[in-house]
Order: sequence, then C-alpha cells, then structure tokens
Amino acid sequence: MRSGFRGFGAVFYKEVLHVRRDFATLFFSLIIPILQMVLLGFGIDTNVRQINTVVYNADNRRQSRELLDRLKNSDTFHIIRYVETDRAMNEAIVSGSARVGIKIPVDYSDRLLHGQSAQVLVLIDGSDSSVSGIAINVTTSIGLDESLRRALPAGAAFAVDMRPQLLFNPDSRSPNFFLPGLTAILLLNVTTFLTAFAIVREKERGTLEQLFVTPVQPYGLLLGKLLPYFAIGFFELCLIVTAMRFVFLIPIHGSVILLALISLPYLFVSLSLGILISSKAGSQGEAMQLAFLTILPSVFFSGYIFPRETMPYIFRALSYLVPASYFINITRGIILRGAGIQDLWTDALALFGMGTFLLFVAARRFRNKVIMA
Amino acid sequence: MAIAPQTPAEASIAADHLIRRFGQFKAVNDVSFRVEKGEIFGFLGPNGSGKTTVIKMLTGLLPLSGGSAFVEGLDVRTDSEAIRERIGYMSQNYSLYYDLTVAENLQFYGRIYGLDTARLKRRIDETVEINGLGSYLNRLSAQLSGGWRQRLALSCAMLHEPKLLFLDEPTAGIDPVARRELWDLLFDLSGRGMTFFVTTHYMDEAERCNHVAYIYFGKIIADGTPQALKQLPQIQPHGTKRIGIVTPDATRALRAARTIPAIRSATIYGDSIHALVDENFDVSELTPLLSKHGVNVSEIRPLTPSLEDVFVELSSQHQESLETASA
Repeated sequence: MRSGFRGFGAVFYKEVLHVRRDFATLFFSLIIPILQMVLLGFGIDTNVRQINTVVYNADNRRQSRELLDRLKNSDTFHIIRYVETDRAMNEAIVSGSARVGIKIPVDYSDRLLHGQSAQVLVLIDGSDSSVSGIAINVTTSIGLDESLRRALPAGAAFAVDMRPQLLFNPDSRSPNFFLPGLTAILLLNVTTFLTAFAIVREKERGTLEQLFVTPVQPYGLLLGKLLPYFAIGFFELCLIVTAMRFVFLIPIHGSVILLALISLPYLFVSLSLGILISSKAGSQGEAMQLAFLTILPSVFFSGYIFPRETMPYIFRALSYLVPASYFINITRGIILRGAGIQDLWTDALALFGMGTFLLFVAARRFRNKVIMA
Repeated sequence: MAIAPQTPAEASIAADHLIRRFGQFKAVNDVSFRVEKGEIFGFLGPNGSGKTTVIKMLTGLLPLSGGSAFVEGLDVRTDSEAIRERIGYMSQNYSLYYDLTVAENLQFYGRIYGLDTARLKRRIDETVEINGLGSYLNRLSAQLSGGWRQRLALSCAMLHEPKLLFLDEPTAGIDPVARRELWDLLFDLSGRGMTFFVTTHYMDEAERCNHVAYIYFGKIIADGTPQALKQLPQIQPHGTKRIGIVTPDATRALRAARTIPAIRSATIYGDSIHALVDENFDVSELTPLLSKHGVNVSEIRPLTPSLEDVFVELSSQHQESLETASA
C-alpha cells in the first residue's frame, strides 16, 4: 500500500459497517429519490390542457357556436361557464375561477355573412406565463385558420403547409423531459448529503481528531470514506435508470454503458462537494443547510426545469459552472436522442475536469481546515 | 526552571522553547519540559491555557511556530508519521464509534495501525484481558457506561503497543471507582515501561503523578515532582507559614480573615480556611480577632501546602508579575 493512502482498507471496511448498521438512512436515501421520480413522473404535465374558460356569447347564432366548438375541440380550453355581461366575465377572471375569457360580439355572425372582418375579444390571465402563452397561440391560430377557410375556395390547399414533427419524444410526454434531468439532481442529493454527513458525524463525535493522531494518511482516510458512498451513488443511478425504463416506460435510445461511464466523474463531483461541505460545517444541521445551498443552483441553473438558452446572460454564464448542467445534457442526450460519445465528449470532458479539480481542492481544504485546525 | 534537552534521544518527550502563534496570539509561549521514559507526567493548567495545543504540537497535528520537540527520539517537525506509530492518544470524549461493537472498534483501530491478523488477534486478547472487557465484546459501544467506554478507548489506544500514551482528561465525567481503577492500571503499565502524558483537573490525580508541570496562559510556571513543587520557596515565602482554620461559618470567616493584615492570602476548603500568615504571627490571637467579626473558630492547625495551593499561589504570582509588567 502506498504510504499516501495508508489506512484506506481499514477506513473503508469500517465505513461499510456504518452503512450496514444504519440501514434506515440508506433505505431512505434510496427510496426518497424513487418517490420523487414517481411524483414528478406521474404528477407533473407541462403540456397545458383544458384551461378554464368563461364565455360571453352576445351573438349566440350558428357561426358563433361553431367557433366555440372549434375552441373546445382544440383540447386547450374547458368552458366552465357562460355569462351575459362583460362584468361577469371580468369577475370570473379576477376571482381566478377562469383563466381565459372569450367575448363574441353581438354582430359576429352578421359581419361574417357580409364578408366583413369580425372581432373576437380574448382576455387572458397573464399571471402564469406557460398558460397564457398557449392560450395566445391556440386562439390566434384558430382565428387564422378560420379566416383562411373563409378566404380560400372550398377544397384548395394552403400555399405554405407547415408540418412540425416532434423527434425523440413524439407524444411530448413530460416524464421523458423531466426524469433524465432529475437523475442528475437525485444523484447529487444522495451522494453529497451522505458524504457530508459521514464526515461531519466523525467531526461531531471526535473520532476524526482521533484518526489524525494515527498513521492514517489524508488520502487513505478520504478515499476509504468516499468509496462506499461512491458505490451507493452508482447503485442509485442503476436504480433510477431501471425505474425510468421499466416503470415510466421512457425508451433509452443510447448506450447505457456510456451513461454509466460518464456518470463516474459526475459522482466524483458530488462526492467532492460533500467533502467541501464537511470541511466547512461543524454540525450535521449546518451540513444540511450547506448541502441545500449547493443543490439550489443545480435545480434552477442547470436547465433541469428552465431552459438555459432563455436565461439572462449572467445566469447563463453561471450555468456553465454548475456540474449538473453538463450531466443533464448527457443524460438527455443519451437517453432521449441516442447520442454517443462523439456528440457528448465536451460535456464529459468538462465533468471530468470539474471532478478532478474539485476532488483536489476538497482534499487540500480538508487537510488544511480539518486536520491542521 | 526548564531543563534543556541535551540528549533528546534518551527522553520520551523533550520539548525545547516551543512556541505556537495563532495570528498575534501566542497560545504556547516558550515552553520547555522533559518527560523521562516510564514516567507518569501530569500536565495541568486551566482550560484554554494551551494544554491541547501542546499535545497537538507533540503529535504532529500542529506545526511549531518556534522551538523544537523530540518524541521518542524523533523530531516532530520531520518524523510525525513515525511518531504516530509509536504513540497512543485517548481524548476525553473517548472517540469511539458508538454504532460499532467493542470488537469492531478494536479491530478498526488495530488495522489503522497496520497490525497483521495474527498480531491483531493477540493484542486484542491481551488488551481485553488487561481492561476486563471480555464479556462486552459483541456489545455496541453506545450501550457501555462511561467507565467501560473509557476502558475500551484505552484498549484502542494501546493496541499497537505504543511507547508513549497521551491521555487528555481521561477521567472527566466518570465515577470515582472507575477513576481509581484507571490509575491503578496506569501504574501497572508504567511499571512495564510505558510512558504517560496525562492532563487532568483532579488534584488527587496530579498528586499521583511522578512528575507534573503547570501551564498558565501559554507558559509553564511549575515543573517538577509534586513533593519538590510543594517545597518551592515562592509557595511558602520566607517569613510565612500556612495554617488551617476550622470554622462552622467559612464564608464569613474568609471575609473577616482578609481584613487581618498578618494574613497574606486565604482560601476556603470545605469547613476550613487555608491561610498564609506571617511567620511570627501568634495564631492564638486569631480566635479573638475573628470572634469580633462574629466568627467562631473550632480549631487552628499548621498545614503543609497541597498541590492545589501550589498552583493557585503560582498562578496568582504569575498574574501579578504580568500586571506589574504591563502597568
């Protein structure tokens, strides 16, 4: 055994004993991610459907009812109520019972029959941007479509016919989008928390101080403590990918082996974060707060929920410093698009660089702040 | 009073003009002492006076800001890894893994020191025998009482047959019987050639050491055998004597005693007052003097100083000299 790693075997074996004895922690750290997957996988649908809508149809003849049928059939709007005044329509939106109000004026059918332009008022609650965006798009395109059908002779084709086709996620299922990204967050959660706690616990107990007066070397100690959690993190990854494939039925288009390999540097990153946290925190409570602090940017700046492309310049630059950004690129690439190493090597390299760098920084800081304190 | 280590190889610890700075603050300020092999060395001092810092320097955890130290003939500045193989360390919180059993704790510390399987087994058997842990081997150490935890910690610290054992307040918070048993064990082991570096706040433990040193705000102000320290001239300054005044109302007696010019210093011990008085002061005058303050005296007897007297006296003298120096 090289002298720099002295004590590795003994520490590793002891750490495995800790994990085995504290089965509850292990169980919860493995089961909570699965629960999160279930919640996000089954509970969240980003496709906006059936928006509550209130209608004031002042016209109420055949043409106006046809228009309402088309709106209903789009699956975007769900008409909850018909009202008879502008005021009632406004109130329904203010109270929140409806997000969209559609007012068809009294002369709608007359104007259409006389070949004039007829206006329809669409009031949209702008407080939820994804709902309002969809409502604008669907109403304008129905309006356009309706106008074209009236302008063009019967049976004529559109001059320009756009045919969008969704690749990789043809049904635009939300779990397909969320779960590969969630993998990155969950791995970070489990490994960072477990390592930070494992070290801080020894700090609290005073056993760390004891170890420093033995011939154990810093790297032997760190590696011995990390490897069991590295293994748990890897097991967690396998569990998540299996659940993703067979419970949430997300097809994995790329190589699972590649995914496993590239996840190794990512695990190093999150373990190193755990060490960094433990070198700062004096108690498990403090470690918990710091761990949440590191997880926040991974949730918000990594592209996991909000696309990085639409972020303001500063936050976009910041997102390049978040390891999860790269890993989310990789998981979505491999799982959804079937990308290979030739497409993802820059992300993999970035992760590898960050992992190595952080591990060295963490080990140094651990030496200086914990051992020499 | 410090002895310069001319031959560091012969002593178990030879510390020479140790200095440790934290920023501007000198936590250890020119500390020199020497611990011979086989000694039980008591290292005493108030909390925050630098005891732990000295231990950390001697075990290679803290770099020296100045001076030199040799432990078991090895230089702490260059050979800290070799030193750690030859020493054991037991802290006051025992540093055990409570979720591991007694046997697992022993095996872990044995492996840390690189004992091979055969030697590990032999040493575990020996230390378990010495400390009487036999019937607890498969018990989680969390379930042990304080005294047994301390025995287990001691076993863990001596598995690798260290030449020198650091015990940092080993008896804080354990019962008197366990305390007595630990000291019997220390004498037994020191008889077999082991050296002990013990910190403690208990004066009865200090009295049992072969050699004590007292550190006060980073400086050693007393160093020698307990007997030698009690005969230091500054403890019993020329022209003074020590008396004990037994009284049912010690608190009031202390206040009264401090008004009497011939009494140079006075402290309460249970139902009596220990006082340092002028040598030519007739103690029989004391009873009427004190009764003027409404204090009844049941007995006055001559006293030899205890170690506690020594440390209290030396600390206050040192404090005074610091104050006059800064004034």
